[in-house]
Amino acid sequence: MASIDTGGGDSGHKKGPGVKKAKKLSTRVDMTPMVDLGFLLITFFIFTTTMSSPTTMDLNMPKDTNKDEELNKTKESGALTVLLGKGDQVYYYEGQLLPDASNFKQTTFKGIRDEIISKKKSVISAYRTDADCEAKAREKGRPVSDCAEQDFVVVIKPDKEATYKNTVDILDEMTINRVKRFAMVKILDVEQQLINVTEANAGIK
Amino acid sequence: MTPFVDIAFLILSFFMLATKFKPPEPVEITTPNSVSSEPLPENDAVMITIDKNDKVYFSIFSEKDPGVFDQIIKDLNTQKNLNLTNQEMVNFRKTASVGVPFSSLKSLLGVAPDDQKNVNQPGIPVMDSATNELVWWISEAQSAFSGKALRYLIKGDAKSKYPTFEAVVSALKRNDQFKYNLVTAPEDVPANSALDVFNRTQPADAKK
Repeated sequence: MASIDTGGGDSGHKKGPGVKKAKKLSTRVDMTPMVDLGFLLITFFIFTTTMSSPTTMDLNMPKDTNKDEELNKTKESGALTVLLGKGDQVYYYEGQLLPDASNFKQTTFKGIRDEIISKKKSVISAYRTDADCEAKAREKGRPVSDCAEQDFVVVIKPDKEATYKNTVDILDEMTINRVKRFAMVKILDVEQQLINVTEANAGIK
Repeated sequence: MTPFVDIAFLILSFFMLATKFKPPEPVEITTPNSVSSEPLPENDAVMITIDKNDKVYFSIFSEKDPGVFDQIIKDLNTQKNLNLTNQEMVNFRKTASVGVPFSSLKSLLGVAPDDQKNVNQPGIPVMDSATNELVWWISEAQSAFSGKALRYLIKGDAKSKYPTFEAVVSALKRNDQFKYNLVTAPEDVPANSALDVFNRTQPADAKK
């Protein structure tokens, strides 16, 4: 066991005959309780320690405005609307919602990433050189390639049953896919009804 | 056995140094994950907590200047006619978080700070825009922190519902605050996603 060896005992000095050895008390210390306590503390610290410190995600919201000139305009061709429903379900449509809702589709958080990527690709491939934007980008030292995706906007509309986790996940998806323009918008009644109908049909709770 | 014990004590000293004890929290919050890696600011910040039952709590981080607490509670006392005693106002400094409407603030602060965790807090009313009391808390914090860069942290439980978050954001918006930090737990960037490719191809200083 772990102990301090003080070198007591035979120290090698030969004493003459008849000289009685003085009885030495052992100076060995029993370390067992200390080691026990050491392990107790290790277990305590292992259980209480939190290794991953929390991080923060920046969120900038726009000012509520009704003035027309302050509103951001979106091209229909570049818009992807993502709706968040209950049970971690995601619904989406491209451009405008058709009156017969034929472009209203259902997916999950796993599937929405592919949708965002493919929509972004199609917007970039449909890009026709915008001289104004590219000149501005050069002036400000930004890459010209940013102009190609300037029309791509993701509109996020969580419904009443969506959780906070869903909201953070979809915002995270924007970071992961480097979507530069996205907006959080209040859900419309038509969309809420569509979600309700889909949820009732699919039995999502 | 000796090397074994040596290693054990080495591990012990590592954990003792690495451990950082969590400040007392009113409720257990499981934050969602995100890929962002920005560390959490711990000073000069206001934290709005949403628990899993959609209750809203308000807490202030100001280690360097405890006067901020006094100013906030004094202003609220006069503006909302809370009739707080001096002792109750002193208690506010040590209050980890407030999750009660103004009408029950007096009874919460009447309890010693160490026992406040046993008080059942119903949450700050936010859902109705006419009685959104969080607006008051934020505007008081704004004036008490005036001149300093105040950060707004929103710490929501993963299970809390979106409308509560929306109400919290609208309370911040009504005070003309548009930049928030959402508290999350770190997560790895998915391989070969646009962000992953960007991080690998761009030099570190260009990311900002």
